[in-house]
Amino acid sequence: MPAADAARLAAILEDRTADISAAWLDRVVAELQGRTTRAEAQREQAEILDALVDGLKAGGERVDAPAFDALRGLLAELSAARARLGFTPRETAVGVFALKEGLYAVAGEGDAADVADLTALLRLVDDLGLFTFESFAAARESIISEQAEQLLELSTPVVKLWEGVVAVPLVGTLDSARTQVVMEKLLQTLVETGSEHAIIDITGVPAVDTQVAQHLLKTVVAARLMGAECTISGIRPQIAQTIVALGIEFGDIRTKATLADALVAALRSNGAARTPAAVLGV
Amino acid sequence: MDTVPILKLGSTLLVSIQVDLSDQTALQLQEDLAERITQTGARGVLIDISGLEIVDSFIGRMLSSIAGISRVLDATTVVVGMRPAVAITMVELGLSLDGVRTALDVEKGLRMLQPEDSEAPEALLLGLAAAEPE
Repeated sequence: MPAADAARLAAILEDRTADISAAWLDRVVAELQGRTTRAEAQREQAEILDALVDGLKAGGERVDAPAFDALRGLLAELSAARARLGFTPRETAVGVFALKEGLYAVAGEGDAADVADLTALLRLVDDLGLFTFESFAAARESIISEQAEQLLELSTPVVKLWEGVVAVPLVGTLDSARTQVVMEKLLQTLVETGSEHAIIDITGVPAVDTQVAQHLLKTVVAARLMGAECTISGIRPQIAQTIVALGIEFGDIRTKATLADALVAALRSNGAARTPAAVLGV
Repeated sequence: MDTVPILKLGSTLLVSIQVDLSDQTALQLQEDLAERITQTGARGVLIDISGLEIVDSFIGRMLSSIAGISRVLDATTVVVGMRPAVAITMVELGLSLDGVRTALDVEKGLRMLQPEDSEAPEALLLGLAAAEPE
């Protein structure tokens, strides 16, 4: 598409702005019922159209041409914003694809030369739509990885229960990555607080299979190597049944039904005289 | 060749490993320890590995065999001060230091080796440590 054509396309868009925008806007508003206001959609459209016309005037032929930098930036921003607001892919892409609706409306009345130009424009819009879609997917992926990271941090607090006793309340499924984080945090806390007892509470772990058990065992052995005793607590009846059915051996690792039991046991073996527990007469 | 110093604290031998050990040094330490235990009639061996950043399978086996040797000579071995990263690596390697007792730091390890007799030097040392204002 030579520069002259691009300029002509820009001219078509400028001449028929009113017609194109009307059909475009109608389609977008119909698709995005309730999600966005007409005024907002109109403002977005005006921005896209301006950027498109500017790009064409600058001699832009393909979507990845430097002339369309501004337009691509605008679309990427728009898609990212929509991804964050929870729009569906369809709702995001329709903002661009509906421009074709406007072009069809114009095409119906034009002569043959116009039709050829419009076909070129339609192709351009298709590419823009695909670009929008890509930006949307990229934004969604970055949101997902951010959230996964946050979840990893949030879900593994190590709390000090008593002098010399720390606990990790595990919530959610255990996988290798999480076990690694839990293990590191727990061992670090053991060193920092000088605690000789650690309690791993698995009340919030939905299921224990051989792999999860393996991860738990590793953590306990690592704590032992450092000189701390580990208790696993919060084993629900169903989980106890599964553990036995699967033939998982916890060996000489101490297990307790509840966190409270584990705490009492830890305090007892800590030598109650050295802890505040003695004061309470536990 | 480097040698690791072995300090005698009452009836306990204290070995503080502050640098990464070469295999040769590790073997030398094992021999020296066996000799010192018989010489001094020590009842406990405290190995502080807080300075070790890497514990490979060789060092792991050395610790286990030191524990075995001490047991034969009627002394208890306690390994203290293992770093979290080292503990994780050892678990991943499948080394669990069977037969070796562990403690978080030298003080806790010393308490573990404390003889019943309250007149023993360790008891006095711990008494001093406890009396010190924090």
